[in-house]
Amino acid sequence: MSMRSKRALILMVLIAGLQSVAVAAEPGERVIDQVSRQVVKIFGAGGIRGLYAYSTGFLVSPKGHIVTVWSHVLDDQSVTVILHDGRKFEGKILGAEPQLDLAVLKIEADDLPSFDLDDASAASVGTRVLAFSNMFKVATGDEPVSVLHGVIAARTKLTARRGTYETPYNGPVYVVDAITNNPGAGGGIVTSADGVLLGMIGKELRNTQTNTWINYAIPISELKTPISEIISGKFVARSERLEDAANPRRYAPVDFGLVMIPDVLYRTPAFVDAVLHNSAAAKADVRPNDLILFVNDELVQSCRLFKDELGRLEAGDTLKLVLRRGNALLPVELPVEKKTESAASKAKAKAAKEKPEDDPDSDDK
Amino acid sequence: MNVRASLSPFRNRAMNFTVHNWLRLSGLRSRAEPRPSGSGRSTPLPDGRGSANAVSPTCAGVIALVAALVVASGRPALAIDPDVAAAEQQRVAVVGQVSPSVVAIFSPGGAGGGSGVLITADGYALTNFHVTHGAGNFMKCGLADGVLYDAVIVGIDPTGDVAMIKLFGRDDFPAARLGDSDALQVGDWAFAMGNPFLLATDFSPTVTFGIVSGIHRYQYPAGSFLEYADCIQTDSSINPGNSGGPLFNSAGELVGINGRGSFEKRGRVNSGAGYAISINQIKNFMDSLRGGLVVDHATLGATVATRDDGSVVVTGILEQSEVFRRGLRTDDEIVSVAGRTIRSVNQFKNVLGIYPKGWKLPLVYRRKGRKQEISVRLRGLHRQSELTLNQKQPGPPRPQQPPEQPRDRPGGQPRPQQPRMPQQQPQPHKPPAELAKLYVEKPGFTNYHFNVVERDRTLKGLVPFGDFSKETGTWKLAAIMAADESPCEFTLGDALSGLVVAGGKKTFVQELNPDARLEDEPPGSGGFLLAMHHFRRLLIQGPAGFSEFYYLGSEPLDGTGETVDVLFCERYGARSHWYFSRATGLLAGFDTFRDEEVDPCEVRLAGHVELAGRRLPELWTIRYGDAEFARFKFTSATFPPPKPDTKPEVKAESN
Repeated sequence: MSMRSKRALILMVLIAGLQSVAVAAEPGERVIDQVSRQVVKIFGAGGIRGLYAYSTGFLVSPKGHIVTVWSHVLDDQSVTVILHDGRKFEGKILGAEPQLDLAVLKIEADDLPSFDLDDASAASVGTRVLAFSNMFKVATGDEPVSVLHGVIAARTKLTARRGTYETPYNGPVYVVDAITNNPGAGGGIVTSADGVLLGMIGKELRNTQTNTWINYAIPISELKTPISEIISGKFVARSERLEDAANPRRYAPVDFGLVMIPDVLYRTPAFVDAVLHNSAAAKADVRPNDLILFVNDELVQSCRLFKDELGRLEAGDTLKLVLRRGNALLPVELPVEKKTESAASKAKAKAAKEKPEDDPDSDDK
Repeated sequence: MNVRASLSPFRNRAMNFTVHNWLRLSGLRSRAEPRPSGSGRSTPLPDGRGSANAVSPTCAGVIALVAALVVASGRPALAIDPDVAAAEQQRVAVVGQVSPSVVAIFSPGGAGGGSGVLITADGYALTNFHVTHGAGNFMKCGLADGVLYDAVIVGIDPTGDVAMIKLFGRDDFPAARLGDSDALQVGDWAFAMGNPFLLATDFSPTVTFGIVSGIHRYQYPAGSFLEYADCIQTDSSINPGNSGGPLFNSAGELVGINGRGSFEKRGRVNSGAGYAISINQIKNFMDSLRGGLVVDHATLGATVATRDDGSVVVTGILEQSEVFRRGLRTDDEIVSVAGRTIRSVNQFKNVLGIYPKGWKLPLVYRRKGRKQEISVRLRGLHRQSELTLNQKQPGPPRPQQPPEQPRDRPGGQPRPQQPRMPQQQPQPHKPPAELAKLYVEKPGFTNYHFNVVERDRTLKGLVPFGDFSKETGTWKLAAIMAADESPCEFTLGDALSGLVVAGGKKTFVQELNPDARLEDEPPGSGGFLLAMHHFRRLLIQGPAGFSEFYYLGSEPLDGTGETVDVLFCERYGARSHWYFSRATGLLAGFDTFRDEEVDPCEVRLAGHVELAGRRLPELWTIRYGDAEFARFKFTSATFPPPKPDTKPEVKAESN
């Protein structure tokens, strides 16, 4: 379908939507039917210990690019994607931005009904919305996903404080008055009543202080750029960029020859994934799978905190680490040498070659 | 401004609807509005809290705030589109219209409750099995008029989670109109009514409003029962206490009975996914429920699986099942059942799940590229003993229970406890004397009283045949075969049934005593002589002529024909189903089963003829399996008086 005819179609849908407003009738069944075709069911890892093994996604290209929420369901080599018509595909993870709870999958197919992210819109408080997702895995095969209705109750920033909402995402969200964020609903979509894409339903989030659950969607405007970058292969995880901006980041793990496991969780333990040859870490006999517990006598509970500590080092300091290897605790000391631009970038390039740090496909996490 | 504290969601409901619609009109908006910048900043809420701890109060607050601003500014911004206002008025009218039919059900001991809906003016109402289960056989029911009525259990469907009760005290109960749940589409407005959290002390029902989120949903059985097949999914709030209440479409027609929700870790409160049993399924079971039965659902006798190409194939089949006798085998592809195309196992379960045991359905299967169409009588899903045993056992978790853990409100104030009925043991309840007569206990029945009512209503269809109660002699009936006009004669006595054809060249006999083998006589008929014996016995003795005799419900004759009421009888292990036309009340035919696992002899009747001063069906068509055996036309009959030495069998049987 050409761009032009697609626009025309959307215009028609809009007009149809306006007409349905005029008679104040149900949300258009045609709109629901059409949007449902662009939503997919995803089945992957999980199914144990109360972790559900299913989620939702939506097509953003006719060639099978699927946007979904970054979750444990994708914690597998590949996942199963089921289209609206019941066709089953293997989905490969193309890229992810854990900071945005975003992942992009690819299936090998053509001519699929899909959203054009350029047509996505923003909406104000009070806008009537529809939410599409495979919550509770109600639909299987060619059964259409569930549809809820509601209004946008608020447009606000998710307070991603520890102790409130345990999520890495702290950007703007639409808060919806329908119970959209159920098990498996993550990666579903919120659209306007006439089917214009507004946001992606996020993971289930509970406010640990009030024990309430929030129903929210991440605006497409927040996701559009990383989605296009992942699809075009130009993507750099925002986690890196953000950190660069927020902290001095004078030193990074790679400056000591350390490659950490991908930082995909809110609190990814600081496990060493690889150690570069002839690096300070290699000389101190740091090994892959060591868990870094203390940095200069400070407890580090996550990769991020570890990186924060390194960022604050000054040339001439000594980096004291306590590692856990098996059941043993091992103290090691590394010199903090003055960084030259070239040395740092050389080390970074080398690290990227040996093991891309943000490759979510890496096996051993 | 503390919006949350000042807001009563109930007081503002009407305004919310109005403003909601107004916002909707202005809501197409957003393209013109500046998009949030890429850096991820957004405009915080006017009250600056910027978080959404409690979603619905926030939403209601925002809407109320907008409304307040609009009103305060004095602009004519609330000029509501007349169509929107009209739609709202219509909705208000519909709710007002159907509210009187909604029932608040309480068990007499006060151990729990639920909701229901009246469907007839004489007080029959539908609810969930899991509501009546454990409530005992007598209930108290509150209507929107504030009056508490007595009610008695009528029939239950443990598999489909449906129960029928009957209210007493009026003959002009406000009844809901039944809709067509198959006409629902995703996105249709739907509203649930009932008594969630047992809020209404004056029994005026609570309304929750939403859309149809999914149709033809399949929800696996909870335990061994309560399978929700082909059900309606809605985002109307379904909460504890809504169980058994009605789901209405926008026209106020009853389209479902709310009974289940996807409840997980957030406690047993609305999760946005509620499920209603479709009214079209309940229609199939309606007459069996009215007949005081414990009804059973159906199985084909074959298991199926989805293949990679999306086809559904038979993976196993019971050799005793009728579908095996009709020719279905392993690896055959199921194309359609009851006219509905099958593309997944769920669809197969959905289609079968809405039919009662014993119904006949058309089935199309494909083998080696060739399609075959057959008609199959469905087997029961459970043994009768399984269903009745479970009647006495504790039921599935009741949604009346409050959420597992009390939660605190934002701000640390203790949240009011869920209204909870006193958790005491139900006291043995003494119903009023005139009500006590309306409950008769009998194994296998929910309430035998109602079976007798329906049985006697149906038996009136025999009256036109005249009084045969004195004709206990040996009947002689002469007939001609429709095929070649050759004569034949039936001899029907207490001890044997006989048939002589072709002027005595062929004779067939079926002996009739407790030890006799029940044969396929004449061969190929499936036991027509036995069937004739049952027919004679029914005319002479009625229900007293059989060890079991009861009303079974209604069904479409032969799967696709007219609706018939069905009576069931059994004697010496042989059973008959008697089909009475719903339209005329007359006997339209009967099936006689020699044995549990063989096809019955099917007799279909047409016309009537006056013989020996009595009226009998004239044209008899006999079928067996999938083939027609013969057609007879009765030409003469004699009913000689019983021989004096014959012991009247009535006495021998009457124990």
